[in-house]
Amino acid sequence: MEDKKLAIIATKGSLDWAYPPFILASTAAALGYETQIFFTFYGLQLLKKKLHLEVTPLGNPGMPMPMGMDKWFPVLGLALPGMQGMMTTMMKQKMKKKGVASIEELRELCIEAEVKLIACQMTVDLFDMDQSEFIGGIEYAGAAAFFEFAGESDICLYV
Amino acid sequence: MADFDQELDASGLNCPLPILRAKKTLAGMSSGQILHIIATDPGSVKDFDAFSKQTGNELLESKEEGGKFHFMIKKA
Repeated sequence: MEDKKLAIIATKGSLDWAYPPFILASTAAALGYETQIFFTFYGLQLLKKKLHLEVTPLGNPGMPMPMGMDKWFPVLGLALPGMQGMMTTMMKQKMKKKGVASIEELRELCIEAEVKLIACQMTVDLFDMDQSEFIGGIEYAGAAAFFEFAGESDICLYV
Repeated sequence: MADFDQELDASGLNCPLPILRAKKTLAGMSSGQILHIIATDPGSVKDFDAFSKQTGNELLESKEEGGKFHFMIKKA
C-alpha cells in the first residue's frame, strides 16, 4: 500500500496557532502518512532555533480568560504592557499541567518522524531573515515546490 | 488482564502524545508482540481505535479501569 500524504501550510506565528500544524503532522507521521509542512509568513517563526512564541488575548474574543476576565475586563486593558507576556506564561503553565506537549517537543517529534519542513524562501527574503536563525535540516522553496507535493496529497490543510 | 510483552504508561499525557509514544514503542517491538498502554486522556479511547485501524496494529482490548484507560495492541 502506498503511503498516504498530508500537506500543511502553516501561516501563523503565535503559540496557540503553532499547535495545529505540529500536532497534525506528528500524528499523521505516526499513522504512516508522508507529511510536509510549508511554513510561510508568520509561520516561519515556528522554524526558529529559539522559539519566542506568545499568545495574545487581543482580537481574540474566543480565548478563555482566568477569573472570567473575558466577561468583565475592558478590552483596552488587554493592550497594557506585559499583558501578552502574562497570558503566555499562564497558557504555558496550563498546558504543562494538562500534559500538553511543548511546541519544541512536538517539533522534535515531527523531525524524528521525518516530517519534511519547508520554509518559504520568498518570506525569508521579505522579512530579511537569515538561514542561520532557523533549525537545520529544513528546505527552502517556493509555491511551485509546494504544489508538487500537495498535488499528490490525500489531505491538504491551510493553518 | 491478558499477557503482554511491553508496557507504556502514558498517564498524564495529552493528545497526541499517547499515540506518538505508542508508535515509538511499537517501532522497537517485533511483529506479533503485544503492547499494553495505560492512559488518562479520555480522547485516547477513540484515538487508539483509529490508530489501530489506520496502522494495521490490532487493538485487542480497550477498557477503563480505576479511572484509567487500558489498551492492548498487537504489533502487525
